Amino acid sequence: MPIGLNDIIAILPEIIVSLSACVLLIVDLFIPKGKKFFIGGIAILTVMVAAFVSFYIAGAGLTGMTVFSGMFAADGFGFFFKGIFFVIAILVILLSLSYVDTEGIENGEYYIFILFSLAGMMVMASGVDLLSIYLGLELMSLPVYILTGYAKLNKRSNEAAMKYVVLGAFSSGILLFGISLIYGITGTTELTGIATALSAGGAEHGALIIAVVMLVAGFGFKIAGVPFHMWSPDVYEGAPTPITAFMSVGPKAAAFAVILRVFLDGLAPAYDTWYLILSIVAVGSMVVGNIVAIAQTNLKRMLAYSSIGHAGYALLGVIAGGEEGVASVMYYMLVYAFMNLGIFAVMLYMRTTKRSGELISDYTGLAKKNAPLAFVMLLFLFSLAGIPPTAGFIGKFYVFMALIHAGHIYLAVIGILLSAVAAYYYIRIIMLMYMKEPEGEFEFVRSRPILYVLTLTAVVVIILGIFPGDLLSLAQSAAVFL
Amino acid sequence: MIPVTWFIVLSVVLFMIGVAGVLLRRNLIIMLMSVELMLNAVNINFAAFAYYLQDLRGQVFVVFTITLAAAEVAVALGILIALVKNRSVTNADELDSLKG
Repeated sequence: MPIGLNDIIAILPEIIVSLSACVLLIVDLFIPKGKKFFIGGIAILTVMVAAFVSFYIAGAGLTGMTVFSGMFAADGFGFFFKGIFFVIAILVILLSLSYVDTEGIENGEYYIFILFSLAGMMVMASGVDLLSIYLGLELMSLPVYILTGYAKLNKRSNEAAMKYVVLGAFSSGILLFGISLIYGITGTTELTGIATALSAGGAEHGALIIAVVMLVAGFGFKIAGVPFHMWSPDVYEGAPTPITAFMSVGPKAAAFAVILRVFLDGLAPAYDTWYLILSIVAVGSMVVGNIVAIAQTNLKRMLAYSSIGHAGYALLGVIAGGEEGVASVMYYMLVYAFMNLGIFAVMLYMRTTKRSGELISDYTGLAKKNAPLAFVMLLFLFSLAGIPPTAGFIGKFYVFMALIHAGHIYLAVIGILLSAVAAYYYIRIIMLMYMKEPEGEFEFVRSRPILYVLTLTAVVVIILGIFPGDLLSLAQSAAVFL
Repeated sequence: MIPVTWFIVLSVVLFMIGVAGVLLRRNLIIMLMSVELMLNAVNINFAAFAYYLQDLRGQVFVVFTITLAAAEVAVALGILIALVKNRSVTNADELDSLKG
């Protein structure tokens, strides 16, 4: 089948991002060291153009079509997630500009890898065939492995990258074995075809449960769900901080886009098979993430465990299913991206030669030295804990509402109890900032891009917390396509 | 025609050897080789199912898996070289500077 104009239009945003990344690899050769922020600027521009084109395609009524022989869907669901990815990519590049300078890892490829990873996440959000989903997943992961080890002279960065790449390759091997079993059972890798074959009687096949467990293991690794979370605290701690910010929101949101599509579209007829497995992963993530986070002294490690816990909450939305459940997960991922990037922006603002900003004790007495910074930190911590009027509260609220409407009262109760546990370790940091006297000198990076990110994320976290209606109805209308 | 179950048995055995290699061996290079073994088990599965179902999809998948396995190993070995240059370890148990 020849490639038509429709196919090209549908993947135009992906083409723009990956083509620009390839061109930038050549442009990078002509830019002298010390001026590499120029590449970052062009990368931001590229993402903006891709966002504009996506917006245009989504608005021009071209959505809902499946192109490339059923491999790729340009639908509202995909565009909603791509919007999240564009925001994440731009904010992470802004956060990186001063950090790469102070760490001495300034290189053009740094920004280019972020673009390649973005292209992979976009393919994942739109993939409707297990082949294109897998290709997108690898295109997303490989640049992140490299970026984790980007501080070549830092032993912790090397170690984190090594652990990440070995475990990542291991989990993608398991995922692929699961995909091959699904292919054997249903005779296709297309999600709609899988759903048809399963409802025609394939759902009773004995090997299906093994295949589902393997798929859960593969995707569970990417969202850092228990028991596939062992890599995340080490990798979060060792990676350069902007990259930690990137991988705590980007690959996680992309993996949730894939989980929603695969489990609620392709494997929907086998709901009884995967429902229990996902519930165990969700409850396990909430318990381990929230309880182990209490004992952490390093803020990056604490955020790694908190991110495990948040993956558990979002999985509850997947279990709830239906339009409401899907919309709640989409909204949760959007909110989570803003609040988590915000907290990493605070951490990067504190990153100077005297203080790493990575230890929780670094924040003691911050309110007396820099009240605005302490206030935005308080806002993000409240949002992560799910306290109104912040966006995090609304995100959690809709997930639990969808869960209760779907009849899973027990899971909702467990989730709500554990978010009370979570409040403890977030509020402990607030107490340190406001109730204690400051120790030692405070210095701040005072980088303008980081200030922009701080302002934007703080404003969005409040606005989404007070007026969630518009974006929520957008998520709901996008969930219909599934 | 050879029954498809024979192929599956072969691929499951290969896959298990790969999993055991990653979990039990501590040499990083052998762990990476074991991951390759897992991916090759997947390839046997896909090729066998494609033959059995008379469907091209599985064969296409094999081509992509081989390509991606090569890319993954290239990245992993690059990271391993950076690690060895810095502290000359090839044993996974010695990677213990990150702990909580």
